[in-house]
Amino acid sequence: MEHILTILIFFPLLAGILGFIVDRDSAKAYGISVAGIEFLLSLWLWFSFDMDNADMQFTEFLPIIKEFGISYNVGVDGISLFIVIMSAMITLIGIISLNEEKIDNIKNMIVSLLFLEMTMIGVFVALDAIMFYIFWELSLVPMLYIIGAWGGPTRVYAAIKFFLYTFAGSLIMLVGLLSIAYLYHLETSVWTFNLLDWYQLDLSVNLQYWLFLALFIGFAFKVPMFPFHTWLPHAHGQAPTIGSVILAAVLLKMGTYGFVRFSLPLFPDASVQMIPMIVVLSIIMIIYTAMVAFAQKDMKQIIAYSSISHMGIIMIGIFAMNSEGLSGAIFQMISHGMVSGALFLLVGIIYERTGTKLMSKFGGLASIMPVYATIFGVMLMASVGLPLTIGFVGEFLVLLGFYKISPMATVIAGTSIIIGAIYMLSLFKKSFFGEVTNESNRGLKDLNAREITALLPLVAIVVWLGIYPKPVLKPIDNSVQKLLIDMKYKARTPEAKKSIISIQRAKEEK
Amino acid sequence: MLEPVKVSLEALNLATLMPMLVAIAGGLIILIVDLLKEDLHKSLYVMLTILILIIDLGATIGFSGNEKGFFDLMLIDGIAVVTQVIILIASILFIPLALTSKRFHEYSYPEFFALFLFMLAGLQFMVSSNNLILIFIGLETSSLSLYTLIALHNRANSFEASVKYFTMGALAAGFFAMGSAILYGLTGTLELNQIADVLQLRLGDRAVLPISIAGAGFLLTAFAFKLSLFPFHTWAPDVYEGASAPLAGFMSVAPKLVAFAVAIRIFEMFIKLNVEWIQIAILTLSVITMTLANIMALVQKDVKRMLGYSSISHAGFVMSAIAIATTKANSAIFLYYGLFLFTNFGAFTMLWVSRHKHKVHHERYDHPYEKFSGMIHILPAGAVVMALFMFSLAGVPPFSVFWGKIYIMSSAVDVGMVWLAIIMGLNSAISAYYYLKLVVYMFLKEPTSTISRETVYFNVSKPLMTILGIAVFATVSSMFFVQPLLDYITHMVQISGF
Repeated sequence: MEHILTILIFFPLLAGILGFIVDRDSAKAYGISVAGIEFLLSLWLWFSFDMDNADMQFTEFLPIIKEFGISYNVGVDGISLFIVIMSAMITLIGIISLNEEKIDNIKNMIVSLLFLEMTMIGVFVALDAIMFYIFWELSLVPMLYIIGAWGGPTRVYAAIKFFLYTFAGSLIMLVGLLSIAYLYHLETSVWTFNLLDWYQLDLSVNLQYWLFLALFIGFAFKVPMFPFHTWLPHAHGQAPTIGSVILAAVLLKMGTYGFVRFSLPLFPDASVQMIPMIVVLSIIMIIYTAMVAFAQKDMKQIIAYSSISHMGIIMIGIFAMNSEGLSGAIFQMISHGMVSGALFLLVGIIYERTGTKLMSKFGGLASIMPVYATIFGVMLMASVGLPLTIGFVGEFLVLLGFYKISPMATVIAGTSIIIGAIYMLSLFKKSFFGEVTNESNRGLKDLNAREITALLPLVAIVVWLGIYPKPVLKPIDNSVQKLLIDMKYKARTPEAKKSIISIQRAKEEK
Repeated sequence: MLEPVKVSLEALNLATLMPMLVAIAGGLIILIVDLLKEDLHKSLYVMLTILILIIDLGATIGFSGNEKGFFDLMLIDGIAVVTQVIILIASILFIPLALTSKRFHEYSYPEFFALFLFMLAGLQFMVSSNNLILIFIGLETSSLSLYTLIALHNRANSFEASVKYFTMGALAAGFFAMGSAILYGLTGTLELNQIADVLQLRLGDRAVLPISIAGAGFLLTAFAFKLSLFPFHTWAPDVYEGASAPLAGFMSVAPKLVAFAVAIRIFEMFIKLNVEWIQIAILTLSVITMTLANIMALVQKDVKRMLGYSSISHAGFVMSAIAIATTKANSAIFLYYGLFLFTNFGAFTMLWVSRHKHKVHHERYDHPYEKFSGMIHILPAGAVVMALFMFSLAGVPPFSVFWGKIYIMSSAVDVGMVWLAIIMGLNSAISAYYYLKLVVYMFLKEPTSTISRETVYFNVSKPLMTILGIAVFATVSSMFFVQPLLDYITHMVQISGF
């Protein structure tokens, strides 16, 4: 299976096109089968992945526009491997969780999800800047449709806001990418958008600074960094459950992944220089959105804001510039994908039953829906970062890594765990414990087979990776080490050389 | 007693006239056929015109570069060939749109097709010369035919559009004549390459520079009219609205591309002579044009007017390539229009498909946004096709216009105009809003009660569907033919020395 990445990208596309022909009543079964096959293929990728190799694997290269250096160029390493698997898995779980009776036009929904899956996997395996950009932009289109067609009352506004914000940001990013290609052309008189070639490029600190900013705008809108985050609560507030699940679990990761894949290795000096700015923004993002989350009355908004807050943790992990922080950040991307995906699914389930997401309408749900309450509880603990859940590993590593950069900032960021615990537990207390306040809730049914099928794998992973994260952490750490060594080698300024801590230096110090 | 002038036929190089002669002879044949037998069906003329266009295309592609004829009056260089090929392809796509299921006034006259071919000959003359007089004649021949073609649509606002375009065109012609006269007075020649030589020598003279700038300024004004650049763009939306949808689509591509090709010849001469004023003026015009037209497009209620403003904005976008003036930027102009052609034409064809004889949806507009609301429920395929065109126009990759956009943006970055590339990027983001608006209407709104399959597919026929199919195919699969297209265009631009 030399071409497994190509198959992974284009299988959902082909299936999506053929999906138009499938009969409406069989559409969901079709979607599950296709997403299932895709998930199995991604597992195959994992098993045939060489865990000891930190370089790109399964690379494929095919020039598209030779003169301009644009090519079809894909590959996967430890950093992207698990994000790809997670994307395939979340899509599968999302499709399983769809309620055929509640969603009209289910066929269009399935087709959009399959297109979305193609773009998500494409972004994470692209090694050509233009290919990355193509998938990055294309991912907006199906999401626009999903939010706009199946969302809440102001869905059109939310969908357009989502599209325009990210589109505007990414066009600035495009200018940045074109400039890098031009600088490469100046140095070697070859046009290329090949990321691996770009890594060899030695840029002056000043240029790095500006290019970093250009790319930062594109990525920051997607993450979303404070103060570019305003589109996200709208999008989550209006999106249908499946839209929120994929948005939170996968699409936001594109931004943080962009920082790891582009900003750090291309501009090591600028990245180090920018640490203070990024950290200040991230800490504002962590604390501020956590406080906003506490003030919300709507369960989904709490989870939306908490998800922004957790993205802040990932950001400071990335800019910790050492292997603990960076590996932790990538692990946290996966754990955040699983946990926030599951939480949005859970909120979607109660919304489907009662038609409301307001906490004040609930109370004592634990006695009516015990299974639901248990799963909700597990996910909530994982979200808060309780030890032995998946959320703990990532958050702990990030904070440990960042402690080396700035103990003070780490302590401030760490308080977010406390605030997180406060708003999450108060959500749990208000909705699940105590007396049943709303009599009409007494008749609510507990989870049915479909919902349990969707949620149980997530619970299993949350517990499994919480107890034994090594199979995932090791390949991530491998590639992260390589990234740091390359960055350190490439860095020009002494401060950058000092700040980027690769294992090599750690050994020297001993 | 004057010596009789002896000119050998070979020195004339008649072959350089071949493409235009094909178009003119074709037009005459159509008129003769009409004289001999009346009441022939329009399909005959459509097919005849397509055949003539194909011969014309064959005659044009044959030139491999830099042929001169008629004492250097005719110059068929690389950009002349590329431009002609692109406008001929646009014409081949345009003509079958006459075969609608409903009867429209203009197509019942064979003169429509003859005039169209004459217009084409004018455009071809305009682009294949270095001589300001021949450019002027070509410009006027094509424009006069075009005014008539618009008016033939036979509605009150078509007449208005035609007269408006005519008046503006006359003004532009005046500016063009003034500009040429000044340059002639300054240099004693009308050949652009000779003008360049003379100016090169005399630009050091302090009195010459302001006058040559004045000449260039007049010419720039004339082209600003033709290319609908700010502040001379006001005619464009009205004319697009008044003309039939296919003609509007054609006008937004072919005459503009020809004007761009001539603009390359004239203004790059000044830029290469280091007349910075011209470069600054062009940059200013292009930036204001793309931004302002985008903002105007945001508030339009009619899809056709929106597309009118959008093509003004695209023209502004491309105009900046003239100021950049590198081989890459010049190739980008042709690449952009070669790709934009299919997408924009497809969008206008979609409007044509849904065209009614009377304004059934709105008392003022033919194609209000409401007409398309909920189209996904009625005509999923049509809605998807139109959405593809809209995304492509907005510059969403990997659809066709995106490649033109990044190529221009990249050539701006190459000459250090990063600010220009950023403005272009932001403008693309603004434009995404009004393209999305149509997508939102089609996909996310419920159909209004008056909309049914018939109201949207009112004017449909097999030829129209074929053209739409070609446009969609080219828009979606552009990724795979950008490479050969770019090779060809770059080669052609290079051999003409731009």
